[in-house]
Amino acid sequence: MRTILYLIRKEFLQIFRDKFIGKAIFAVPVVQMLILVPAVTFEIRRVNLGIVNQDMSAESRTLVSQLEGSAFFKIRNTSFQEAEGRDWLHRGDCDLVVHIPADFGRELGKGNPVKIMVAANAINAVNAQLSWAYLNGVIRDYNLDILAQNPGKSSYLPMATQPGSVLKSEIVTPIAIGAKSDIPDLKSEIQNPTSDIPQIQVTNRYWYNESLNYKYYMLPGILGILVLAIGFVLAGLNLVKEKESGTIEQINVTPVKKYHFILAKMFPFVVIGMIDIAIGLVIGKLVFGLPFAGNLGLLFLGSFIFMVAVLGLALFISTFSDTQQQFMFTAFFFMIIFILMSGIFTPIDSMPVWAQKLDMINPAVYVMRINRMVLLKGSTFNDISGDLLMLSVIAVAFTGLAVNRYRKTA
Amino acid sequence: MKNAVISVHDLVKKFGSFVANDHLSFEVYEGEIFGFLGANGAGKTTALRILSGLSAPTSGKVLVAGFDAARDPEKIKKNIGYMCQKFSLYNDLTVRENIMLYGGIYGMRKALIRERCEELLERLRFMEYGNRLISDLPLGLRQKLAFSVAVLHEPRIVFLDEPTGGVDPITRRQFWEMIYETAARGITIFVTTHYMDEAEYCDRISIMNEGRIVALDTPDGLKNKYRVDSVEEVFVKIVRSGKISV
Repeated sequence: MRTILYLIRKEFLQIFRDKFIGKAIFAVPVVQMLILVPAVTFEIRRVNLGIVNQDMSAESRTLVSQLEGSAFFKIRNTSFQEAEGRDWLHRGDCDLVVHIPADFGRELGKGNPVKIMVAANAINAVNAQLSWAYLNGVIRDYNLDILAQNPGKSSYLPMATQPGSVLKSEIVTPIAIGAKSDIPDLKSEIQNPTSDIPQIQVTNRYWYNESLNYKYYMLPGILGILVLAIGFVLAGLNLVKEKESGTIEQINVTPVKKYHFILAKMFPFVVIGMIDIAIGLVIGKLVFGLPFAGNLGLLFLGSFIFMVAVLGLALFISTFSDTQQQFMFTAFFFMIIFILMSGIFTPIDSMPVWAQKLDMINPAVYVMRINRMVLLKGSTFNDISGDLLMLSVIAVAFTGLAVNRYRKTA
Repeated sequence: MKNAVISVHDLVKKFGSFVANDHLSFEVYEGEIFGFLGANGAGKTTALRILSGLSAPTSGKVLVAGFDAARDPEKIKKNIGYMCQKFSLYNDLTVRENIMLYGGIYGMRKALIRERCEELLERLRFMEYGNRLISDLPLGLRQKLAFSVAVLHEPRIVFLDEPTGGVDPITRRQFWEMIYETAARGITIFVTTHYMDEAEYCDRISIMNEGRIVALDTPDGLKNKYRVDSVEEVFVKIVRSGKISV
């Protein structure tokens, strides 16, 4: 057992003797947190909106000013000509073009259903759908206002319909907002119609992240990615470097036990990973005001097992890589898959079933979930015990593979 | 009676269809300096790696320090020291850190490692280099240090694979003095080389050619047999005749 202490000491000495790496392993997470947390977001603000208004009635101007007043939209261009609207989309000046037809105000005044056309740039489908949803919200408010001012005239209430999928910016689908008259007639004697329109009022409260702050959502995930990169690349390269320089041969000819050697390679990086997580949490708290809803001990436990799993795989890969190039190529393959399939950007539930099955051996999936549940939801050990168990199984399996595949006698 | 500390019988090592070691049989006796000679690619290093447990034999029986190289390579490793032609101490560790590491790996007590370490630095007149990185040392010093580290744990046998490659003549002489001192302590030396003057220093030498051992005797025995004045001439004669016979 004393042997492993000598080996661990050697690994620490070597890591910190490299002046650049010794500093970078603590500087990189700080920089990553400060850049990635605010930068990686799904929040959509200031969608560039173009308005083709061929109507110029009071009604259409009210709609335009309501769009203008929304925090989500920024009116970049206005015109009277439909063709210009297409140009804006084509050039990328606008992401969303609203076309108000010439008879909008007149038809509305008569109580007839009216249509406005909306074209969205759907290269980024998520963006297009979200902008569409925001636009619908504004139109709904507009409708309610009309209803309130004109009790009895319910037939023109326009309801939004989903836009068709659009794949390229060149192909924009004009969307018709159809009218439906499914709101019951209102009694004429109503004095203050707004408060008495019978309708379902949805009041919602967002649990666990009440302000819908994307930073809170991304930060726990980025904590996982941060240590993934450090552990994966540095530990794996470390072993391959020993192969390249020939020092591993001198180790292989000693009676050192295989698992001593592998565990000694893992240990310093697990410690460094834990320190990096602590640094990340401090930044999260001080810079981004991240709430710590749960027990941080659980978070560290999860990250510890995660690190072992990642290091195990990295060392396994390095046992069959002869050069640093081979290792990096393989490591990047796994890292990209692990990160993109971890659920940090896209929900795992929306992946195809086979991909979800495959994802069961992706350690990043579990650490994302554990970090988010513990930090945002305040989950307890029992809540995350399943994830911890799976992560442990993966950690033991990968480490076992690494020890097994490492050959002292060729 | 001489006691065989290494005994090899019908050792064969193949890499695919290439036969690197073709039915080798020999014995090395306790406390002797055994020179393993051969041209480049003759299969010396392959055999040495098998004897030191780094490589598994394809067939044949190999006993080193009483353990079977095919079945118990890890037990062999406890009883041997090894120094490879490619310098293998850690360049980014200091002299003392390397000594501590290898002493620790062989399970030596900390106090003993420290004691041997200081003793060794003194003997090599290395004191001022103790806290220097290996990468800062000249090659000759590194080789001497690597040899000292290989015998730090007092193994029964030490394997040296071209230990003096690229080293100046004075350092080579000093290196061989170290080998003699070590052999005098009862440690068996198994050394590969292609410096023929070094072969003269060995108790017995074997000469390999194309995977086979073609001669094995004391240097004087070989010189008498081939009626020449030096091992070098013996070597040239043997290797040349070997080439012609193929």
